[in-house]
Amino acid sequence: MGIVKTDNVVYEYFRRDEEGNVEGITTAVDHVNLEIEQGQFIAILGHNGSGKSTLAKHINAILTPTEGTVWVDGMDTSREDKVWDIRQTSGMVFQNPDNQIIGQVVEEDVGFGPENMGIPTRQIWERVEESLKAVGMYAYRKYSPNKLSGGQKQRVSIAGVLAMHPKCIVLDEPTAMLDPNGRKEVIRAVRGLNQVEGVTVILITHYMEEIIHADKVFVMDSGRIAMEGTPRQIFSQVEELQKLRLDVPQVTLLAHELQKRGVDLPNGILTIEELADRLAPIAKRGV
Amino acid sequence: MSIIVDHVNYIYEEDTPLAMKALNDICLTIPDGQFIGIIGHTGSGKSTLMQHLNGLIRASSGHIYFNGKDIYDKDFDSKELRSKVGLVFQYPEHQLFEIDVFSDVCFGPKNLGLDKKEVELRAYDALKKVGLPDELFYQSPFELSGGQKRRVAIAGVLAMKPEVLILDEPTAGLDPKGRYEILQQIRQLQTETGITILLVSHSMEDVAEYVDRIIVMNKGSVMFDDTPRQVFGHYKELEEVGLAAPQMTYVLHELKKRGLDVDVNVTTVEETADTVMQALRLRRI
Repeated sequence: MGIVKTDNVVYEYFRRDEEGNVEGITTAVDHVNLEIEQGQFIAILGHNGSGKSTLAKHINAILTPTEGTVWVDGMDTSREDKVWDIRQTSGMVFQNPDNQIIGQVVEEDVGFGPENMGIPTRQIWERVEESLKAVGMYAYRKYSPNKLSGGQKQRVSIAGVLAMHPKCIVLDEPTAMLDPNGRKEVIRAVRGLNQVEGVTVILITHYMEEIIHADKVFVMDSGRIAMEGTPRQIFSQVEELQKLRLDVPQVTLLAHELQKRGVDLPNGILTIEELADRLAPIAKRGV
Repeated sequence: MSIIVDHVNYIYEEDTPLAMKALNDICLTIPDGQFIGIIGHTGSGKSTLMQHLNGLIRASSGHIYFNGKDIYDKDFDSKELRSKVGLVFQYPEHQLFEIDVFSDVCFGPKNLGLDKKEVELRAYDALKKVGLPDELFYQSPFELSGGQKRRVAIAGVLAMKPEVLILDEPTAGLDPKGRYEILQQIRQLQTETGITILLVSHSMEDVAEYVDRIIVMNKGSVMFDDTPRQVFGHYKELEEVGLAAPQMTYVLHELKKRGLDVDVNVTTVEETADTVMQALRLRRI
């Protein structure tokens, strides 16, 4: 079994009026089946309200399914006695960096997780050091978190999760509140975790450019998985994505536009190099 | 009718050991009817500058003139300034509070002391301008989607009938379609009413697509103030200060390097496709 597996997962919640009477039931996650292998880089896309954050919260037992089962590293998330093991296996990073940092000093903040796990002090410091190095924030270990930029704070949050030695990290729009530089820093750190440390990454985002290196992409709509495939397969379907209120990277859009105007290009071009490699020979021999 | 920012400096916690210069000798003229983009990395002073424009922060030195009058004059009506220069903060939907959408939008004009009919007229008009469908007017604002909530919050500011509208990252946290819809609506508002718009944004692609003029802030100073074409021509310098150019700028420079005769100064996908097609056709002849 993979590191994360969901079997027909449904999550429903009651909508209530002002007196607290149940008005209706909303199905936020609707029969989702997916399997994620250890070490994969997974991206989840979907418009606001498509159910992607609700699904993500199932992966570290913040929510448990109304129907169906979620397994994290073989553990059923609905078993209350396993909650702490599940949360150590699968860490979570949220959108707003200011809501996730509690320490007065960067290294204390990163040490908070392992300290709560009862790790011996010397090992806590080792973990803090390696986690901060992994996200490129070791030079800031003595800083106060409120002196850091958004991207730096977000990397400290990631280090805090990493210090618990999870097998899997779920990041729910970690770059939504950052400037372009901060976004780049965070994505670079996340890719490093995946490639160097072998941590399974599940990245939820609205920025299409961030996921072109993912192993697999799931697109959600009305609580269901509407599309799945490699970034190239997904981004080849420009019109379908636009119907789902999404987009493709600008390079892909440009290639699509050129295709429509009669230039011979393959579907789903993802990088500038790829596009230039294709266009240069065409330019030499003419359209 | 315009805003003139004349040698404005702002120092946080002046006269304390923690003093920090947030704005450094800013001079700008903002004429009527322009659509201006403000870019700059976190902490570059762009929000501080925006808050000066409607008098939320008072400059440490320098002057700001609104329609020819110095806003720091003793007899200047700063209440009027705040209704004429509307500021929409980041995540403005967090400021919604009324029981239904319509009452929420009425709140601003009601506080101006207008009569009930005028208030409702303005609220209706503002909600129409942001493109919110009628059937949502009497719903609770909390039941709307993220993009709809944000429209309601913008309508609340529009109902004050501002001459200048400042939007601080109006698309943060929205999905791509939601971003597109809000920006289209802002563009339409601008062309239909001729209102001056200042758009603070982290998305170079959005700024390139929509605005006539870009002001780049860096370390409390204005680094560039020009058309998008000119500003993004300095993409190397922008990168040095933690910004970037739109993705198309990088595409075009790469293609140029590979021998395609493209115009490297265009910034949108549409324009890029045009110049690439032209370059390819030239080769054939």
